[in-house]
Amino acid sequence: MAQPSGRVTYDFVTRTIARTLGNPGKGYFLLLGAAVTLLAIGIICLLYLLRYGLGLAGYSHPVYWAVFITCFVFWVGIAHSGTLISAILFLFRSGWRTAIYRTAEAMTVFAVMTAALFPLIHIGRQWYFYWTLPYPNERGLWPNFKSPLIWDEFAIGTYFTVSTVFLILGLVPDIAAVRDVASGWRKKLYQLTALGWRGTNEEWRHFTRGYLYLAALATPLVLSVHSVVSWDFAMAIVPGWHATIFAPYFVAGAIYSGCAMVISLLVPIRKLFHLEELITAHHFENLAKLCLLTGSIVGYAYLCEYFVAWFGGNAHERAAFWYRAFGPFWWATWTMIICNAFLPQLLWFKKIRTNITGLFVISIFVNVGMWFERFVIIVVSLAGEPFERWSNATYNPTWADWGIMAGSFGWFFMWFLLFVKNFPAVSITEVKEVLPPPTKGRPAEAHAR
Amino acid sequence: MSEHRLPLRLPGPLHDLFRPPATPGVLGVFAHLDATVDAIQRLQAGAYQSLTVYSPVPRHELEDVLAQPVSPVRMWTLIGGIAGCAFGAWLTLYMSYDWPIVVGGKPIGSIPPYVVIMFEMTVLFGALSTIIGILFNAAHAARRLGTIAWDPRFTNDKFGVFVPCGADKAGAVEKLLLGAGAEEVRRA
Repeated sequence: MAQPSGRVTYDFVTRTIARTLGNPGKGYFLLLGAAVTLLAIGIICLLYLLRYGLGLAGYSHPVYWAVFITCFVFWVGIAHSGTLISAILFLFRSGWRTAIYRTAEAMTVFAVMTAALFPLIHIGRQWYFYWTLPYPNERGLWPNFKSPLIWDEFAIGTYFTVSTVFLILGLVPDIAAVRDVASGWRKKLYQLTALGWRGTNEEWRHFTRGYLYLAALATPLVLSVHSVVSWDFAMAIVPGWHATIFAPYFVAGAIYSGCAMVISLLVPIRKLFHLEELITAHHFENLAKLCLLTGSIVGYAYLCEYFVAWFGGNAHERAAFWYRAFGPFWWATWTMIICNAFLPQLLWFKKIRTNITGLFVISIFVNVGMWFERFVIIVVSLAGEPFERWSNATYNPTWADWGIMAGSFGWFFMWFLLFVKNFPAVSITEVKEVLPPPTKGRPAEAHAR
Repeated sequence: MSEHRLPLRLPGPLHDLFRPPATPGVLGVFAHLDATVDAIQRLQAGAYQSLTVYSPVPRHELEDVLAQPVSPVRMWTLIGGIAGCAFGAWLTLYMSYDWPIVVGGKPIGSIPPYVVIMFEMTVLFGALSTIIGILFNAAHAARRLGTIAWDPRFTNDKFGVFVPCGADKAGAVEKLLLGAGAEEVRRA
């Protein structure tokens, strides 16, 4: 079982993580300022879009699902590794997850919050969003439960709710730990949010059992959510979408992009909060191995798609994939293939897996590649749709598309930065759980390695 | 100690519920897990059964020595999950037949697509009822124990054992706890 390095005791863990909740420095405010600026850009673009309509976005027939839906799938995908690390690896008793799962879980919640904005923006008339909900109304209408879009609404809603309660439940003992060493307004905040936690055997009895069942419920949920997102496409007959491999392909891609985002977030947080002794190269190496595995599955899925398009003999399918690789959007397709399938193969080398700067750079490329993957699947499949070839489609995102996309990054990073400065970004309880407990033969002062 | 309490002034009935009257007894503070386990075993041998043990992390050693029954939270999860699945089935089938319209040549009540909704509702209701189950059972246990002595170090790096007892037995309990290796004992 992996353990944090250095002279690590229970008290050291509490103090180190409580220290990250102190008054923020210039670096933090700089990052928060950048996030809020991006968010402001997004809000301004969104207000223009609300005022003048979806015509401001780059939609052109037959590309009516474009950057907004690309961003939706991208952010839902980002959300996936959080629950993988917090729930699936919890069930497998992977000790190395303890130091990183809180960051991943928070990332999940904020990524779903970001993703959920895009269908609302995409529908154009946001004030009618509730029409998709099953509520009694004067026309006696109900949603069409045979539509994958309605499945998606239920899947994303459930995923957001379950991820949020999972995050909050895990936070309670940690908030209690920082409550008991904090002072001032933070102490009051933690007194309120710790829900009176004292660490009694009764509290632990119900907590540990409930946490286990939540993890067991969240595990199939992770797999279902991106499967349902993939069926938004796979249930349609558009070549490039209508494929049976879409569900596992999307799930692998989601975990892949999520792990890359965890690396992108952990590297600066570790540096900013001086958490080198708790988050070690070993954690990054394991994340890199997950990236290598899921990235290879994604690469295999790309290969399968092209093989089936060629070998299957379906002229429409073949034309769509030819258009994808050599049509006007070739640059997007090749960015996706190079960033997602080729670049991560570098992770076969231990030297690269344990080089944190190198991993950070690769993770950024994977994030870019995974955004382009969704762009290629959604936009390029529609633009190259052979049934609609007469339309001679082209698609160019506008400033409104780019501005709202930038705003989504600002929205995500703003919540994330506010979270890591106000609540423990590393699980105090679970990091202590993987340490040897203080015993008479091995007192706290000596159980440090 | 009152540091763990919510910084709120609760109205009468809620005050009684969340801040039950103080329970007299002895609190022992331990630096070591094995000393805590030893103290619990000695107390159990001395017929002190209603112990409350504090720890900064859940430990199997403590679970084993306390031999507590499995938490009833699992029933909350099960009942919530079944209720969610039933709700998902009702939602989809009732709404389909209430406005019967053929979509994609499929039957009005088409089970395979509705399985998705039933599954999501199973997970949603199961998760929410689990949370309610944890809160209910933990609050119920706290209410049963009454207001007992506590120390803020128990969420950091110390273990604790609270033994509810009258003033007549407090001296013997203190001696027992110190003998097992308690760093500190105090009466409440």
